[in-house]
Amino acid sequence: MQISARYIDKATIFDISGDIDLANSPEVRKALLREVRENRTPRVVMNLSKVRYIDSSGVASLVEGLKASRDLGLRFILFGLSNSAREVLQLSRLIRIFEVYDNEDQALAS
Amino acid sequence: MEARAAASNNGLLLKLELHSDPKLLSPVRGALERLTEVLGFPAPECRSVTRAVDEALTNIMRHCYCGQLDQPIEVFCSRVRRHGAVGPDEGLEILLCDRGPPVDPAKLRGRRLDEIRPGGLGLHFIRQSMDIVQYRRARGTNQFRLVKYFNPLKSHSNC
Repeated sequence: MQISARYIDKATIFDISGDIDLANSPEVRKALLREVRENRTPRVVMNLSKVRYIDSSGVASLVEGLKASRDLGLRFILFGLSNSAREVLQLSRLIRIFEVYDNEDQALAS
Repeated sequence: MEARAAASNNGLLLKLELHSDPKLLSPVRGALERLTEVLGFPAPECRSVTRAVDEALTNIMRHCYCGQLDQPIEVFCSRVRRHGAVGPDEGLEILLCDRGPPVDPAKLRGRRLDEIRPGGLGLHFIRQSMDIVQYRRARGTNQFRLVKYFNPLKSHSNC
C-alpha cells in the first residue's frame, strides 16, 4: 500500500494504491487524522481508484477520518471506489454516510 | 507461509499454514481469490468468500493472538456437498484454526450497524458473505468454520 498527498486549492487529496488491510490501515488512519486535526484542511479527499481491496480495519480508518472531519466542520470525501470497496461500504451501510463521487473532477467540484 | 494443494483428499483442496502476521493477509487473499475462481463462483461471490476469510484471519490476529506476529494459524479449504430440497449442492468449506485462548461466544455477535463508529464490522462482513458461520473449541484450538454453497438455501450461524 502506498499513500501520498496532493494539495489543490483548499483540498488535500490522498492518493492511495494497493490493498488496505490490517497490515497498513494504521498508516492510513495516522495520515488522515494528522491532516484533519493538525492542518485542518477544509476538504480531505480520498482517491481510492487504485485501491483494489479494503477490509473492516480500513473502513474503520475512513470512519475515524470522517468523524474527526465532522467534529471540526470539515468535509471528508471519497471517490473512485472499486467494486470491492463499494461492497464493504454497502454491507456496513456506510455508503450513505460518506460523500462519494465517481471521479476527482466531481469530488473537487462538489 | 506454507501452502499445500491436493486434488482430492476427503474433499481437501488447499491447506495454508501461516503465522499471525498481517503482512500475510494479502497472499492468503490471493490464494482464496484464485481458488474460488477455479471452483466457478461468480466474481461477487469470489470477493465475498475472500473477504470473509480475510476478516476471520484479521480477528484471529487481533483478538486471539493480541497482535503477536509469530503464532500459528491453519486454513483448510475443502469441497462440501449437501442434499437440499432442489437436489445436491456443492460448496466450499473453509476451516480456520488457531491456538489462542478460547473465544467468548458473546463477543462473536458483532454490533448494530446503525451506530456510526469504527470497529466491529468484521463479523458482520463474515456473516453477510457466508452461508454457514460456526465456532467451536476443540483440542485446544479455536475452529471457525465458514461455508459458501453455489446455490444457497438458508443461512446458518452459531456466532
